[in-house]
Amino acid sequence: MRRGFTPWADPNAKPIVRFDAVSKRYANTVAIADLSLDIYEGEYFALLGPSGCGKTTLLRMLAGFEAPDRGRILLAGEDIVGVPPYRRPVNMMFQSYALFPHLSVFNNIAFGLKQDRMPKAEIAEQVGKMLQLVRLEGLADRKPHQLSGGERQRVALARSLAKRPKVLLLDEPLAALDRKLREETQFELMELQSRLGTTFVIVTHDQEEAMTVAHRMAVMNRGHIAQVDTPQQIYEQPNSRWVAEFVGDVNLIEGKLAASANGVVLEDAQGRRFRAGDGAQARPGAPAAFAVRPEKLKLALAPPPADTLNTISGRVVDIGYLGDVSVYKVRLDDGATMKASVTNATRLAERPIGWEDRVWLSFAPDAAVLLTA
Amino acid sequence: MGRRFSVFNLVSVALGIAFLYLPIVILVIYSFNASRLVTIWGGWSLRWYAALLDDSALREAATNSLLIAFASATAATVLGTLAALALSRLGRFRGRLPFVAMIYAPLVMPEVITGLSLLLFFVAINLDRGFLTITIAHTTLTLCFVAVLVQSRLAGFDRTLEEAAMDLGCPPLRTFLTVTVPVIAPAIAAGFLLAFSLSLDDLVIASFTTGPGATTLPIRIYSDVRLGVKPEINAVCTIFVAVIALVVIAASILTRRAERRQQISAC
Repeated sequence: MRRGFTPWADPNAKPIVRFDAVSKRYANTVAIADLSLDIYEGEYFALLGPSGCGKTTLLRMLAGFEAPDRGRILLAGEDIVGVPPYRRPVNMMFQSYALFPHLSVFNNIAFGLKQDRMPKAEIAEQVGKMLQLVRLEGLADRKPHQLSGGERQRVALARSLAKRPKVLLLDEPLAALDRKLREETQFELMELQSRLGTTFVIVTHDQEEAMTVAHRMAVMNRGHIAQVDTPQQIYEQPNSRWVAEFVGDVNLIEGKLAASANGVVLEDAQGRRFRAGDGAQARPGAPAAFAVRPEKLKLALAPPPADTLNTISGRVVDIGYLGDVSVYKVRLDDGATMKASVTNATRLAERPIGWEDRVWLSFAPDAAVLLTA
Repeated sequence: MGRRFSVFNLVSVALGIAFLYLPIVILVIYSFNASRLVTIWGGWSLRWYAALLDDSALREAATNSLLIAFASATAATVLGTLAALALSRLGRFRGRLPFVAMIYAPLVMPEVITGLSLLLFFVAINLDRGFLTITIAHTTLTLCFVAVLVQSRLAGFDRTLEEAAMDLGCPPLRTFLTVTVPVIAPAIAAGFLLAFSLSLDDLVIASFTTGPGATTLPIRIYSDVRLGVKPEINAVCTIFVAVIALVVIAASILTRRAERRQQISAC
């Protein structure tokens, strides 16, 4: 990510895309509910959410394949509701790539340029540039069925970039690639995006992908935006239980807020008290939860010193070895389970913690996020 | 694929093929018969093919058949493709089910009934029977075959291709002509060839709707054969079989190619 690129924090910045109170219903389900969102020029913006959350509908509204029932969609300040897809200065890369099977790679990429009646020589030049950009020189005469999955993906990307759109829309662009290729392509897309400076809006259900590539992301749920922020803020400062649980793994400690002089104190149903560093406006007596990410829990075989804050004890019921980390599932004495992950920093050492071991979990006050929503 | 060729399989394949093609093979062999008597073998010869060139009535009937087949196949292809588009694109419009049933009914309608009803219709509207009426009748007959073929191709058509074209600045009609039609073209071509061969082959409906000066080849052959089988008929039938075989092979190659393309665009 470019350092210091934060147009969303600048009150004078004009968004290139603005959804203004947009709503859309299908028959009797709400696809988009009164949604507002600003996306800024040069951003790599991700729409993340479970299937059916409305993220694809939002993207298709930008492309012009769906129309909102209510609200406005502004592109560079102009309302584009009612403008057909073929007159919008945005282009889309489809999940299925949608390459024209009867056209060569060259003609696929040239398709959009021909619609603009660009002179032949210029088309050839622009297609050449695009082929170079996605490193497919030499494949111009192939038909789509003669390409590998990765090559097709690149042709689709080149085709959607050829007209130099104001905004490039990417609908799950990497879903069909295998893991290794997907990771490589993620970094290539980021590199490409920062080189071209084009605004990218990507739809994905893969949170790792969204967090890797995006400057900011919108986490969507049932037609609403649950939270819009940078990946780091969303992971470390989720604004609701739903976001905390949807993005990454989390332990939620439910309880009631208790009065305290410094920081926030949460008392759970068993009367255990936990302390967090921030959350100043919290009201004593209100139900709330502390969210603690598994990697922020310390796991120990011996009880920590008596004055250690935020300590719980339980038994290990499951261990998941993932290579880089191991995840320990700990059943607390009250029956709840918590997850703690430990980096496997050494290669050969025997993991000292095994099944059925009694362990003590603890977390620092600043590791917990207070959630009231 | 580890199935072996057992004796049983071999025999059933041989019997099946013999059942289907033995009569045709005999006809083809006898078309090269030197003897004037159809049932007696008199050595190899091409004399009946040469005799065909002198038989102006048969030549005229063949020309009529080809012209009618071409005209009716063209009309059926256009109308059948449009019907297929309506069926697969308009969604669940009111009256869709009756429309589907009406499109497909001629597939199973006895030809005698189709022929008779067309004849009554042409008489009722006072249209002189001839070239035009046979063409119309054959269009009626073959339209549904084209519709079935094209519709199955459209059912597997990836609509995101059209969205991609529009996204790249292509208006709807041009999208249809530059993306949809080329992608479904093999099915349209296969439909045309099928319609062509069905029209070439039809006797019953043509007999009902024909008129003076519009004798088709099947009608000519049938009426000739009633007076006894002439060796020239064998020769003309052999040519006929060859033409239809070529058309059917071309149609199946196109269909296969269409399927392959479909698989590719689906992956």
